[in-house]
Amino acid sequence: MLLTGSVAMTDTLLTEQTLAAQRPVLFRYALLQLRDSELADDAVQETLLAAWQSVAGFEGKAGLRTWLIGILKHKIADHWRRSAREAVAPVFDRTDEDDGEAEVDDYFMSSGHWNGGPKGWADPEAALKQQEFWTIYEICQNNLPPKMANVFMLRELVGLDADEVCREAGLSDANYWVTMHRARLRLRECLEIRWFNNTKQEQQHA
Amino acid sequence: MRSCRAISALVSQGLDKELSLRERFSVWLHVMMCTRCRNFQTQSRFIRKAARCYSDELQSRLDKKS
Repeated sequence: MLLTGSVAMTDTLLTEQTLAAQRPVLFRYALLQLRDSELADDAVQETLLAAWQSVAGFEGKAGLRTWLIGILKHKIADHWRRSAREAVAPVFDRTDEDDGEAEVDDYFMSSGHWNGGPKGWADPEAALKQQEFWTIYEICQNNLPPKMANVFMLRELVGLDADEVCREAGLSDANYWVTMHRARLRLRECLEIRWFNNTKQEQQHA
Repeated sequence: MRSCRAISALVSQGLDKELSLRERFSVWLHVMMCTRCRNFQTQSRFIRKAARCYSDELQSRLDKKS
């Protein structure tokens, strides 16, 4: 009696819908690593199938998504082993060399005021529609130190929650806040220098 | 009165978690008077939006390629 009870409970936890609902996040995760939508799609399907077959492996402790990403990571690792493309390093397991508070300080003076700091941006919404903007965006994102870029991408591109990102990247809460804040400060500055300062003039004269 | 350094950090945190009432109040008060922190607030929201659009853009670009 007890056994059937617990099995029934796991079943209600893991329905096809609850699994399918995780698909977009898993897909974005796989896509950022594999850079190929077909491969990413395959990896996600294999993951969901494996999850479906091993419902018993899910203990509900770490959360469904964490469990699924764990499986997905194996599928992605399998892919790299099969294709033996060793030149491409796994995206989400990198570390940065400098990790001090020093960097945030570059953006502020000792008084705590901005050193330079955010200027007004002309029509950022319009930028989203321009192909050239995405080239710049990509450059700026790639300019982030690797680990910082991972954390930022897991949160903003893949769409994990902050605590899921911490588990994924092995960060403490405090480190997470600092890392995300730095990433935003850096991206902001880069976009301002490379895009918004440059296009402002043209837009005014156009 | 908190500094721009502290306020911008709170603005950033506010994107990822619910700030306390006191924190939200100090951000609100500061941002009313400080253009640069106000810009940071708008721009960090914009960066979030851009990152999501980029993710979609990347998906459609990689779809076309294959």
